Amino acid sequence: MTDNKYAFFIGCLIPYRELAYEISARRIAKKLGIKLITMPDANCCGLPIDPVNHEMSIALAARNLCIAEDMGLNIITLCNGCFATLTKTNKQLKKDRELRQRVNKYLADISLEFKGSIEVKHFIEILAEDVGIEKLSELVTKPFNDLKVAEHYGCHFLRPHKYLETENPENPTVLTKLIELTGATVVDYLDESECCGGTVLGIDPNIPLSLARDKLKNIKEAGAEAIITICPNCHMIYDLNQPRIEKTFSETYGLPVLHYPQLLGLAMGITPEELALDELRVKADKVLSRLVEEIKVKH
Amino acid sequence: MSNEVKTYRKPLRIDPEFKNLVLKMPGGETLKICFQCGTCTSSCPIAQIIDTYRPNQLMRLAQFGLKDKVLSSKTIWLCAACATCVDRCPQGVEMASVLRVLKNLAVKEGCVPRVFKDFGSAILKTGFVYNIPKTRTKKREDAGLPPLSKTKIEDIKKLAEKTGFIDTIKGEESDDRQ
Repeated sequence: MTDNKYAFFIGCLIPYRELAYEISARRIAKKLGIKLITMPDANCCGLPIDPVNHEMSIALAARNLCIAEDMGLNIITLCNGCFATLTKTNKQLKKDRELRQRVNKYLADISLEFKGSIEVKHFIEILAEDVGIEKLSELVTKPFNDLKVAEHYGCHFLRPHKYLETENPENPTVLTKLIELTGATVVDYLDESECCGGTVLGIDPNIPLSLARDKLKNIKEAGAEAIITICPNCHMIYDLNQPRIEKTFSETYGLPVLHYPQLLGLAMGITPEELALDELRVKADKVLSRLVEEIKVKH
Repeated sequence: MSNEVKTYRKPLRIDPEFKNLVLKMPGGETLKICFQCGTCTSSCPIAQIIDTYRPNQLMRLAQFGLKDKVLSSKTIWLCAACATCVDRCPQGVEMASVLRVLKNLAVKEGCVPRVFKDFGSAILKTGFVYNIPKTRTKKREDAGLPPLSKTKIEDIKKLAEKTGFIDTIKGEESDDRQ
């Protein structure tokens, strides 16, 4: 497997609503020499239709895995939902022979076969593990000063732990470390691990809106000035829907929600334009004002 | 015990084979070990805001074989699949998977919330659950992003036939479950 080269699984929500996440992540990847190769002929990860037909869900996930296997590359994804579905399916197919036979029977019809030769990674894991906190810290030339942020991992980066095996879901640290290297401070808030509810948006929009309102309230009370996310679904709920939440509950939050690559990029001295900060619904001017003016000299 | 049981006016019908059906389906195996401690419900973000959503009660109803009651319940569709309950269950019940099995079975009884039909028809048309509008693809171009890949739809249709997904999204719509 070639180093620094990945099969890039974009998913659907990013091109549909969260382009800024892709733009900023690609900019960071370019800076770090990570090559993101578009997966030809990819399809939905399978997560959205799992509630109605599990077999189709795993067949869709497996088809994506086969495409990456043919490319001879590990998959990289920006979305927690895609990450969880592809990771879980990949691990189960590798472990469970009966399941593998069943799924391969579906795939045989379209001349594909799951072989189990690749792995699935979240962009955040590549940054923290493959590039490393130390290397990233060295690239920070314009750190934030006196900026308090709240982190939101999103459930599907961590749970179910049994299948994803990322970090202890009750006390994750990877995003905290990644945020702190930019100079920003991570503040604790009530019910940090609470879900955004994005997956039931289509069933009852009041659920995610109520959950998001609680989250925004708790974050505001903790004194944070921005939220950092690593999932387009969570981002959509907190950023795109923030005006709707404010209207529904007659409250004001004005909390900018940044995709992690945007925060990192700013601290690396990349311009707000290149990181598509103007795509955010809640403007991040306050965050930008906390960037240290002059380039810090590194020893 | 539950509000749902109290307000149920028709006689409750018990299907003694129902739990075996769930246990046999992939993901349903752990239904039998739930001992009603309630950790799932107290950990559940949805249960915090929806009084009628009590995952532990759904487990009990399924164990007892109250098939119609469970499968026609609106609340099984409220699970956000965050899996907090799965990580916290002291018995190792894979609640999110068991609930998914119940939902998959409800579909076979003709209960499919509209949103999944929309997702389904989009998948059969584009390979993804959203149709990306032209304004967005134009925006991609303007931002210098590479074009999105095209999905071989014949492949997706074949998988949909093999897995019964075609029938899943064809059935009658049940708007009352929204």
